[in-house]
Amino acid sequence: MSTLLAAAGPLEPAARSYLSPTGQEVVFLLVGVLVLGAAVVSVTTRRLVHAALWLVVALGGLAVEFLLLTAEFVAWVQVLVYLGSVIVLVLFGLMLTRAPIGRSPDADSGNRPAALAVGLASAATLVTLVVDAFRSSWIDLSGAAGTTRVTGEYLFSHWVLPFEALSVLLLAALIGAIVLSRTQGGRARPRAGKLRTAPTKPKER
Amino acid sequence: MHLAYPAVLAVLLFSVGVYGVLARRNVILVLMSVELMLNAVNLNLVAFDVWLRDTLHAGQALTLFTITIAAAEIGLGLAIVLLVYRTRRTAAVDEVTALGDRHEADGQGADDQGADDHEAADAAKEQAAA
Repeated sequence: MSTLLAAAGPLEPAARSYLSPTGQEVVFLLVGVLVLGAAVVSVTTRRLVHAALWLVVALGGLAVEFLLLTAEFVAWVQVLVYLGSVIVLVLFGLMLTRAPIGRSPDADSGNRPAALAVGLASAATLVTLVVDAFRSSWIDLSGAAGTTRVTGEYLFSHWVLPFEALSVLLLAALIGAIVLSRTQGGRARPRAGKLRTAPTKPKER
Repeated sequence: MHLAYPAVLAVLLFSVGVYGVLARRNVILVLMSVELMLNAVNLNLVAFDVWLRDTLHAGQALTLFTITIAAAEIGLGLAIVLLVYRTRRTAAVDEVTALGDRHEADGQGADDQGADDHEAADAAKEQAAA
């Protein structure tokens, strides 16, 4: 661990201080406030479609943070995969489950105070821990660590096997999603199970 | 850049995601909160990768893998949500309280009794269990 820390770059507390943030830190802070605000609105709003759209703001802001941390390729993958496909999937899911367009009063469940307590407790604990642990750690942002060229080199020299395993996983997920969402004969057929508490047949659409 | 900025932002995003997972009632909103938590982890991975100057770039490679797995997860999750919605007519997590599908032989000719019957049967079962 100590060699790892030594390799992380020299610490120059004299030249660096909280009181004189660099331009990158200021931009990171502003975009971070935007991301956090969008995330909070996204988990608290009562309009379901608006929640998905605020999630777009949060994830796009995170892509900007990745760019600021010099991880270019990851940032563009984030934009393509999250903003391009995941949000579209979520919006389609909201539409297919007939989510109300307007304000839905039952968006939050009854354990909201408990959830708030757990969230605040975890935030307080982890912020204290993280600030205490990394008080004197600085990231050296010089040099291109995440360009597409560098990413391709390490991905296809050191990480080939996980990469291929991941493609098999994606194929399995694709087949699984198709099998799960297929309907036989145009209607959803419940399979025989052990559930005896509901002696009713699901209504036809 | 000070390492505390990305670390604290990731922690706060993760906590927001925890709140969303616990407080939301619609399954799709729960899935969105899970995406927020995964993205907080991604931010941590990228920041620590840049900090440690790892020659293998394990952090960024793992970030790419996490993004891929998250995409697969939300695809499968939404397929399951749609299946549940088709058979139970609801997407609320607190109304899906029992495992298994309904037995087809149980339901013949009892089409229009609906949710009241379901809740009454649930209550009866809970009393029997207690």
